[in-house]
Amino acid sequence: MTEKYTLVITVANRVGVLARISGLLSSRGINIESIVGCRTENPDVYQVHLVIRGTPELVQKISKQVQKLIDTIKVVDIPHKKGGPIREFMFAKIPARKDRSEILDIVNMFGAKIVDISPSFLTVDLSGPTRKIDQFMEMMKPFGIREYIRSGQIAVGS
Amino acid sequence: MMTGAEILIDALKKEGVDIVFGYPGGVVLPVFDVLFKTPEIRVVLTRHEQAAVHAADGYARATGRTGVCLVTSGPGATNTITGLANAKLDSIPIVVISGQVKTAVIGTDAFQEADMAGLTRPICKHSYLVQRVEDLPQVLKNSFYIARSGRPGPVAVDLPADVAQAPLENYAYPEHPDIPSYQPPEKGNANQIRKLAAAVKQASRPVILAGGGIVAAGASAELVRFAEKTNIPVATTLMALGCVPDDHELFLGMPGMHGRVSANYALMECDLLIGMGTRFDDRVTGDLKSFAAGATIAHVDIDPSEIGKILRTQIPIVGDVRSVLADLDKAVAPRPANEWNRIVREWSLVHPLSYVQDPEGEILPQYVIDRVNLQASKDTIIATDVGQHQMWSALFVRHRGPRAFLSSGGMGTMGFGLPAAMGASLGFPDRPVVVITGDGSIQMNIQELPTCTLNRIPVKIVVLNNSCLGMVRQWQELFYDGHYSKTCLKERPECRSVCSGHRPDCPNAFWPDFVRVAEANGMPGFRATRVSEVDEVLCKGFAVDGPALMEFRVKKIENVYPMVPGGKPINVILLGAAR
Ligand SMILES: Cc1ncc(C[n+]2csc(CCOP(=O)(O)OP(=O)(O)O)c2C)c(N)n1
Repeated sequence: MTEKYTLVITVANRVGVLARISGLLSSRGINIESIVGCRTENPDVYQVHLVIRGTPELVQKISKQVQKLIDTIKVVDIPHKKGGPIREFMFAKIPARKDRSEILDIVNMFGAKIVDISPSFLTVDLSGPTRKIDQFMEMMKPFGIREYIRSGQIAVGS
Repeated sequence: MMTGAEILIDALKKEGVDIVFGYPGGVVLPVFDVLFKTPEIRVVLTRHEQAAVHAADGYARATGRTGVCLVTSGPGATNTITGLANAKLDSIPIVVISGQVKTAVIGTDAFQEADMAGLTRPICKHSYLVQRVEDLPQVLKNSFYIARSGRPGPVAVDLPADVAQAPLENYAYPEHPDIPSYQPPEKGNANQIRKLAAAVKQASRPVILAGGGIVAAGASAELVRFAEKTNIPVATTLMALGCVPDDHELFLGMPGMHGRVSANYALMECDLLIGMGTRFDDRVTGDLKSFAAGATIAHVDIDPSEIGKILRTQIPIVGDVRSVLADLDKAVAPRPANEWNRIVREWSLVHPLSYVQDPEGEILPQYVIDRVNLQASKDTIIATDVGQHQMWSALFVRHRGPRAFLSSGGMGTMGFGLPAAMGASLGFPDRPVVVITGDGSIQMNIQELPTCTLNRIPVKIVVLNNSCLGMVRQWQELFYDGHYSKTCLKERPECRSVCSGHRPDCPNAFWPDFVRVAEANGMPGFRATRVSEVDEVLCKGFAVDGPALMEFRVKKIENVYPMVPGGKPINVILLGAAR
């Protein structure tokens, strides 16, 4: 049975580390569902949150391979089904000439924030579990979403 | 003040490097210029960068030291790719330094620019692009450390021309590597070792499968001591041949696709399989479902990612196999030989390696290898190329010690043999070095003959000329209805209408004429076409003070047996007795 996992990979902050990690996955035919990377509080250390789908055995093997990279400091794999905190962030640009108040109700209900307003668009941001973002997108569909971007998932181990 | 190029050469000296295999070009001129003034380091100019890498690899395999290569950017760099991948799959420590275009023009498709760091990423243990001269000393220290520590492997260092020319004040070669994220394991977990010792005690049909990790760890003596103390039979993979002398009573031979019947049966029937420094390659395991199906699996390896990669492992031990063997020796009680030893021994006796050389018939390749054994002394190093002759060599060469049989295992790289033998010979100028090769393989790096002549590298080249790509021809015979598609090396366009691939009375000439090729390259060449000439040619060739080429026109239609068809259980063995 395949499941979703977030690999939380701590690496040396160096040119090419992301290429090494993604190359390792692609050479094994593994699709990366989302990837988020950022420097940590230590400027020499970088953290990558990478979502893949696979059996527990496969994910364990992949973790070991990633761990083997010379620049890798630590790899943790977090299964999504365990229900630990997993969050995503999203921007959406919604056409809002007529139904403005209705849209605002939904925005408030979800705890989303308006970050930009123009005569014809509202731009909102929303963070939370992936499902919540999916639901928000569903609710917004009737108004027509002009443009959106999601960050991909990040996780912390419990 | 020192320049990047001077720092590089100083680092090589500090790392104890006294030989570099290389090929110059525009952007590495600053480095070659420093080498010009550095008599302590011998630079061997090969005729192709691929051969330079294989030579560094052969040097490393034979001596255990790190091999070093120096090439230019672009085509020089890309020519090293096969050699790097070859060293990676066999875990051989080499450092390949390539020149790169100036940092200011990287990424602009400058003349002879190739993204070496990117190209080498999946086929090296690690790679560096040095962007500032300040980083160079530490990068070099790290590179040599990474190449030889833990599970060894190739490291690529890409050095832009301006970095090689840039000055650095207050240079000092670092004492230590600085790679906080990289800590190769050493000692094995004591609990797991006790567990293995207990499993050994309980097992009634134990087997050790030893791989190249034993060679890398320098653990041959420890392995033999452990096997003797516990009376456990040992199979050694292609990479580990010689770790257990082949006349040792516990030695089972090489297992796998062209392995000994005794080794394969033992692996299939055992109740405890101890893998040591091996990666359970598909050429060894065959069908995975049936492989050692009834056995408890113990696996000792320095690379944690190897454990559980192929087999479900009950007793995993991550650590340096030499240190683990030492600890195991303390934990394990002597164990007497039992019925299993007798059974295994019987398999060896019932299924010996054999061939029948008709004195009037065509020369058999196995026979030539057998006769090469007679020319070899205790310290002879034998390299091979890839194909049937490689497997026959693995089976018929007398293996007396580690690091004396050099063969491209994981990659199966045709063209490896000659340059690897050159590297070994340069590493051990006083030891005889032979390469056993095929007429296909030798042509993949035949441009190195003058390198041998000019540098007085006394490699003895044994060409088993069967006028075809024998191993592929064998597969076509067995699995492709004898459709000999492009495996005959005498084939001409007009052959198609008269011959399906191997007429015994083929009138076509052999090309090239290897004897004349040898002579044209300044070394003696000899040819045997009849059985009675084999010993004479070998004696002449081995008597030459310097390199020599000996060509043996061997039987074309001859298959390597035993053979396990790909993906089949390794006790389903074709013996070819019916031929
Ligand atoms: C670079 C490379 N290309 C192709 C192959 C596929 N291959 C494996 S064995 C072989 C035939 C080798 O022929 P030869 O060197 O004459 O040896 P023989 O099998 O006849 O002993 C080939 C083509 C390979 N291993 N390496």
